[in-house]
Amino acid sequence: MAEHKAFSATGNQMVAEAMRQVDPDVMAAYPITPQTTIVENYAKYVANGLVHTEFVTVESEHSAMSACVGASAAGARVATATASQGLALMWEELYIAAGMRTPIVMANANRALSAPINIHGDHSDVMGARDSGWIMLFAETAQEAYDNTVISFRIAEDERVLLPVMTTLDGFITSHAMERCVLEDDQVVKDFVGEYTPAHPLLNDEAPVGHGMFAFGDSYMKYRLAVRRANMGALPVVEEYGKAWAEICGRPFDLVETWGAEDADYLVVCLGSAAGIARHVCRALREEGVRAGVVRPRVYRPFPAEQVAAACKNAKAIAVLDRADAIGASHAPLCADVVGSLFDAGITVPVKNYVFGLGGADVPVSQVETVYRDLAAVADGTSDTTLGFLGM
Amino acid sequence: MSQLIEIRWHARAGQGAVTAAKLVADTALLGGSYIQAMPEYGPERTGAPLKAYTRISEDPIELHNNITNPSIVVVLDDTLLDGVDVVEGLLEGGTVVLNTSLSVEEVREKLGVGDDVKIAVVDASGIAMDTIKRDIPNTPIVGALSKVTGVVPLDLVKERLLETFGKKFAQEMIDANLESVDRAYEEVRFA
Repeated sequence: MAEHKAFSATGNQMVAEAMRQVDPDVMAAYPITPQTTIVENYAKYVANGLVHTEFVTVESEHSAMSACVGASAAGARVATATASQGLALMWEELYIAAGMRTPIVMANANRALSAPINIHGDHSDVMGARDSGWIMLFAETAQEAYDNTVISFRIAEDERVLLPVMTTLDGFITSHAMERCVLEDDQVVKDFVGEYTPAHPLLNDEAPVGHGMFAFGDSYMKYRLAVRRANMGALPVVEEYGKAWAEICGRPFDLVETWGAEDADYLVVCLGSAAGIARHVCRALREEGVRAGVVRPRVYRPFPAEQVAAACKNAKAIAVLDRADAIGASHAPLCADVVGSLFDAGITVPVKNYVFGLGGADVPVSQVETVYRDLAAVADGTSDTTLGFLGM
Repeated sequence: MSQLIEIRWHARAGQGAVTAAKLVADTALLGGSYIQAMPEYGPERTGAPLKAYTRISEDPIELHNNITNPSIVVVLDDTLLDGVDVVEGLLEGGTVVLNTSLSVEEVREKLGVGDDVKIAVVDASGIAMDTIKRDIPNTPIVGALSKVTGVVPLDLVKERLLETFGKKFAQEMIDANLESVDRAYEEVRFA
């Protein structure tokens, strides 16, 4: 494995670099707020002739995803990026992209939804896409956003999957913060993703196919089952390409990353950048003799239920931190998945759900420390476990 | 785990605090450290008070949040002292570096901090006007920061500046920036 020069970059830059190295055939994107610099950087690569991508500027995010679906169905390798209200405006096409089995790769800088008007970091936008059929990856760092983006193309295009992949990073926290990063060589990435051969392109007169057809309930349900199976079946594929890339770049890949989970009494389960803060808190708590740990799914759809349950099986109490709410439900999105996974595995540990860090609200170390300290009361049943808003 | 250095920058939008936060991070990276640099995003109006952050560590940095307990605070505009509690959460034995023409004693009194806090003052705006010919105190203040805290060595700061400016600016501008760093390094007063 080659030693690479470390440099500073934001998560957005790193995702743009990964996409430059892959050099997809088409990128369709809407270039105005809340778009990120991923697309801005990519437009520069196009203008400077660094990529051969057909860059399509459109009049809305709705059109951006429509153009991506069309290009992908035609047989192109397609990538794009969005965030916040932009992703929300794509909602209709997200389902179409998954239902038509178009292997689009889209980066999302996870951000809030209005109102009040806000485009800062949280997972409200991306959780709106969770049932659409897309594969969803969550990065903790800018470096991981890069790695996740590279593997996304392989996952999406694999014939066992053929689904769009959303490669996400936390808005502002990871997307706009500068961190120490490394890039693999362009050719290494190109070799890893390989030449794209579309499975069923429209533009092939030797094997004519139709895409996006009408379907009655009888066949519609079969298609939807096929999407579910493809998504659920993608877990080993995600792992396979994640591990293959880890082998090349030397940075580990696990579907579910754990820290201290084996012997932890108190666990936090969370997605994305918050896991780093939790690990930081755990190190300090361990020095006091408190057995604390962290469980972080790196892939959220399909949900790695067995892996999460296995990681949680020894805990006395668990806190699930959700950076988005599911208003009207007893649990926010991640917690609903975690509780379901534990229930299926016959694990009856008490789980406390917190909604935290909405709309760019800061998550100080002290707040996460409180979560761990309060888990003792959750464990002995003296604290209630109804959903709470952290810091409120 | 080795020491994590956390720097909080206070400035007004347009003074280049974000660039300075990144310059310090990039300089530390040049020296082999792990780094983080980010602004606290808010309404982007020229003149509005803003904060930016730099983290430096020999180990990978896991924290992804605002810096609430810095060991170093840098203030690029002393008119902020009237409205912003710049020493909020400052760690014991911490350092405050200010762009000001006030004396160390005057600043100490204004901030209401004791001798355990190191106060460093430099007229970075004056130096910037002399050298760069514009009131952009962000580059010189890094020279002062280097002298007072040693978080980044002066020669690396200049090496990093050359790397960044070398591609974009005329030699005259590069020299002016390097001179501003040297002058702030020499002229900073602290106690």
